[in-house]
Amino acid sequence: MPEFASDSVGLVTPQTAHFDAPLALACGRTLSNYALVYETYGTLNAERSNAVLICHALSGHHHAAGYHSAEERKPGWWDAHIGPGKSIDTDRFFVVSLNNLGGCHGSTGPTSVNPESGRLWGPDFPMVTVEDWVHSQARLADQLGIERFAAVVGGSLGGMQVLQWTLAYPERIANAVVIAATPKLSAQNIAFNEVARQAIRSDPEFFEGWYAEHDTVPKRGLKLARMVGHITYLSEDAMGSKFGRDLRSDDLNFGFDVEFQVESYLRYQGDTFSTSFDANTYLLMTKVLDYFDPAASHGGDLARALAPASCPFLVVSFSTDWRFTPSRSRELVNALIRAGKRVSYANIDSPHGHDAFLLPEPRYRAVFAGFMDRVARDLDLEGH
Amino acid sequence: MRADLALIHHWVPDGARILDLACGDGTLLDALARDKGVTGYGLEIDPEGITACVEKGVNVIEQNLDDGLANFDDDACDLVIMTQALQALRRPDLMLDEMLRVAGECIITFPNFAFWRHRAYLGFKGYMPVSKTLPHAWYDTPNIHLSTFNDFERLCRDKGLIITDRAVGNGGGEGNWTTRLWPNLFGETAIFRVSRRAQ
Repeated sequence: MPEFASDSVGLVTPQTAHFDAPLALACGRTLSNYALVYETYGTLNAERSNAVLICHALSGHHHAAGYHSAEERKPGWWDAHIGPGKSIDTDRFFVVSLNNLGGCHGSTGPTSVNPESGRLWGPDFPMVTVEDWVHSQARLADQLGIERFAAVVGGSLGGMQVLQWTLAYPERIANAVVIAATPKLSAQNIAFNEVARQAIRSDPEFFEGWYAEHDTVPKRGLKLARMVGHITYLSEDAMGSKFGRDLRSDDLNFGFDVEFQVESYLRYQGDTFSTSFDANTYLLMTKVLDYFDPAASHGGDLARALAPASCPFLVVSFSTDWRFTPSRSRELVNALIRAGKRVSYANIDSPHGHDAFLLPEPRYRAVFAGFMDRVARDLDLEGH
Repeated sequence: MRADLALIHHWVPDGARILDLACGDGTLLDALARDKGVTGYGLEIDPEGITACVEKGVNVIEQNLDDGLANFDDDACDLVIMTQALQALRRPDLMLDEMLRVAGECIITFPNFAFWRHRAYLGFKGYMPVSKTLPHAWYDTPNIHLSTFNDFERLCRDKGLIITDRAVGNGGGEGNWTTRLWPNLFGETAIFRVSRRAQ
């Protein structure tokens, strides 16, 4: 039996849910059947009232906490906040974390086989939206016998899904936690996404998205896309204190090889990502981000768009996040206030930029855990 | 509960929509929600206070009062409360305008600088007063706009506002006949209930 820390959920095994009822998508196309891969942590109580749904961000997936094997080097991507005694306390809550539709970690997406053609979906996979994702997540909840989530929680693009939950299924969500998110992308956000997409699409190995049929991967494009993305996840200060102007060797060599540590770091991040993530999925996910704008169908009035929401919100931002700045969170908070909704907002001082939402900064943990404690208390959930 | 909070609790109507500026750990809003069914928000910048509010289930928004209340519409609430924060604001007069834009009525409490102990401290010792309600030294105090019971009354008069109630808080209680007769001299904490000028 491998040894894990006492506040870890330990070994976890992903499961797959299959859906045969067609899913009509916002783009007008329909998925006749699909699969969602997910993990669960903790135990669903007899009343089925203690379920918490985790929504992942751009490059995230279902593996949010614990380890797939004793040899796994790093735990799931949100292990800092999910586990016994952590903010999302698995002694009290039953946590569900899935890989979204269009993903490349087991759920139906561009790397799955299209049942109609017999070949991989590739670039033919339909464009999905946050609305589609939330729809598919609700169906997963149906299959798991969860009528109403105690809370739906997510950071960044995950926070957008939480927001959509409160609008599409207000009766199925008791609390909403929206972290480092925004009610819509800015022109600058879309611009960065477009640079990432162009990096991938202009790679000669991209083959209009049919790279798998050419037995290749647009690695250079994917690497560039990730490098650009990564810069927006860190703050200037965080990069400065991590790398400064440190060189890899003692002297300048007056060439274009890696000289500064920050170059080495970015290249490493890009390389790792380019061998583990699917390019078509990356393109798709960036479009999901671009399209989300619940206020658009209400004349741009977010407060009006929020009318259906009925649960308490916790909104959290981070002081040095320049991808989705604190003012983007305040935009959401102010619309919630204007709409007369229950909301609390904290702007956490952190040097870590957008990535801070993944980290266990003490004040962030205190506010998050405090909110979840109140959720548990209101629902009469006992730790065991 | 602090004396001034107990008195305010008494003044708040059932089911009111409330904005509590500098709400601290949310004690007042929490009690008002349970006892009187009020709804609303607290504004706070202290991290511990914000966490305590969130734990209680009190709606709290991290917001600096010196930035104003622009995110609240005209008449968004029935009542705005601000306890022991007026003296720490950059422009107390503008905040008073803001409070009475967001609601028709507000309740304000602040330390009365003309309290006899403060006068004696300054008059006899010759130093800036330090007391239970004013615990800071002159150089690190957040209280940059100290005022007196009379000062505040004059400000309201100049603005044409209506003072519907006034009281003083003293130590643990609401004071006695001396504080009622000479609030500017014997009141440690000034408590005002103010409405917009008659239209």
